Amino acid sequence: MTVTTRAPDTAQRLYRTMARIRQFEIAASKLMATGKLPGTLHVSIGQEAVAAGVCDVLRRADHITTTHRGHGHCLAKGGEPKAMMAELLGRASGYCGGRSGSMHIADPSAGILGANAIVGAGIPIALGGAFAAARQGRNGVAVAFFGEGAVAQGVFHESLNLAALWQLPMVFVCENNRYVELTPVSMHLAAKHVADHAAPYGIPSARVDGNDVFAVRDAAGEAVERARQGGGPTLLECETYRWHGHFEGDPQRYRDAAEVAEWKAADPLKRLAESVETATAIDGEARKEMADAVAAAEAEPLAAADSVTAHVYRRPVRPVRGGVPE
Amino acid sequence: MSTVKYWQAVNSALHEELERDENVHLFGEDVGAPGGPFAATRGLRERFGEWRVRDTPISESTFTGMAVGAAMAGLRPVAEVMYFDFITLAMDQLVNQAAKMSYMSDGAFAVPLTIRTLCGGHRGSGPQHSQSLEGWLAAVPGLKVVWGGTPSDAKGLLKAAIRDDDPVVVIESLSLWTRRGDVPDDADHTVPIGAGLIRRPGTDVTLVCWGDTVPAALDAAEALAERGVDAEVLDLRTLSPLDEALILRSLHKTGRIVVVQDAQGPCSVGSEVVRIAATDGFADLRAPAAQVRPPFAPVPFAPDLERAYYPQAADAVAAALDTIERTRA
Repeated sequence: MTVTTRAPDTAQRLYRTMARIRQFEIAASKLMATGKLPGTLHVSIGQEAVAAGVCDVLRRADHITTTHRGHGHCLAKGGEPKAMMAELLGRASGYCGGRSGSMHIADPSAGILGANAIVGAGIPIALGGAFAAARQGRNGVAVAFFGEGAVAQGVFHESLNLAALWQLPMVFVCENNRYVELTPVSMHLAAKHVADHAAPYGIPSARVDGNDVFAVRDAAGEAVERARQGGGPTLLECETYRWHGHFEGDPQRYRDAAEVAEWKAADPLKRLAESVETATAIDGEARKEMADAVAAAEAEPLAAADSVTAHVYRRPVRPVRGGVPE
Repeated sequence: MSTVKYWQAVNSALHEELERDENVHLFGEDVGAPGGPFAATRGLRERFGEWRVRDTPISESTFTGMAVGAAMAGLRPVAEVMYFDFITLAMDQLVNQAAKMSYMSDGAFAVPLTIRTLCGGHRGSGPQHSQSLEGWLAAVPGLKVVWGGTPSDAKGLLKAAIRDDDPVVVIESLSLWTRRGDVPDDADHTVPIGAGLIRRPGTDVTLVCWGDTVPAALDAAEALAERGVDAEVLDLRTLSPLDEALILRSLHKTGRIVVVQDAQGPCSVGSEVVRIAATDGFADLRAPAAQVRPPFAPVPFAPDLERAYYPQAADAVAAALDTIERTRA
């Protein structure tokens, strides 16, 4: 069992992670608003405590998969903001050489098996990470981050079943931000809570305040430790709120400004800042780090047109001459 | 060289690759304790244990996705999708994930994944256990697609797929499952991905075939020989990427081309072969290219209906004679 410490250095570390996520998302959102960022963008402002709390108990070699709203998880797991920002801006130096954009950040060196633009698809991929960890004997763990919308996908249920059957070292982390794209969760899930789906598969679960980073860290620490010790999977539901729309530019006709204001008052960073003396300084450092990442990315060359077919195959088939039987 | 049945060649390929590389893991429905629904994995769980040869629930999408993740994390999974038709359930993981992961990550991740799947045509399996969907997969950049028409090729292509660093879909034929053929004894016998094969050299017309239609094309060539027509039989073996050079070389020699396929025509691999003939091969075409293919309908169950549905050797003979009749002066 991991004993979570509320020691000042832990609080400061968690705050720094959350502030970096917040500032990355603000910077990306501004780029979108000013027409500098092509395509589509989904930011996770308001949900930072989930990424920070869970990834704080992971090792670098542990695997995660995440979603279209995955910048926070990637940063918390060790992703490099410069390479992420360069990807968002379509630069050659971006994580994916400009061929994938915001929704596909992947980094083997940080155990990031990919963000994913298909709702739910990262869950079975994380299961593969858990299977490999079990086979490779390194006490590794895999975490799938997903939203409450993914709970209606078949692969969510199939993966819970398979993880439970094989007792894989896996933690299912649902970031329940109350809106599935443009409609409230009440229109999507018959069960009262996402965590209720664990019981039929006989796996432990927890439902925590996703805006309380210590609560998230405690629950994740317990789940991860159980997985490392061979105790199988856990389902965590972290209740939080999405401050921005589903995508940047979403007119959000589906919710009241009052509701958003209420959740903004429960800002996970503000809550933690009370116990972090250096919070203001950390905010400033994070803001500068992300401004530097934007400036660095903007100075990089765009992805070259002749790279468009690179890496379709790892091992392209060279023209092989077919033969005539001897 | 040993003479073995098609399924035994598949079984020995899996056995040898499990033996050779501890990263190789088999997943699928009934592949473990029962030894496979059609015996392809017989004896492997006993030999390699339940972690290496693992029965999965009936969750094609999830076990395919798990195989993708395991491949990204350093293993070499081989997942069996029992019938080709069931691959529709795994299409997100195959098309959106496995096929694009190398590209999407700018080459940071490889997905050394093999998907084995069995085509159940020609044995009364009905509309949802008989389809030839290779054209769907061959249209997806990032996937390689192979289909052996003999025991030797079934084995060599499967071994090459398992050793390949890209996702490869290996289609196997239940209609050929108990056919015998000579297979090299060499434990490193592989068939290169991307290479077709001239199974029977000829000078008058090229019969293009793959998988299930290889026997029909060879039978047709025999029948044509009796009528004085020297047909060349070209087995594609790899459906993506196609061996365009071999197709063009054969067409250059014969000037006529007939594709014999079990898949429905529109947007099929055969359509692509005809496209190659009509573009890069245009100067060599002495007669209209032809496709012998089933009607645009699901595969029927009743034996008489199924026989009427699939192209037979006689249909290929008629098509070949027609191209000779319609040869340009």
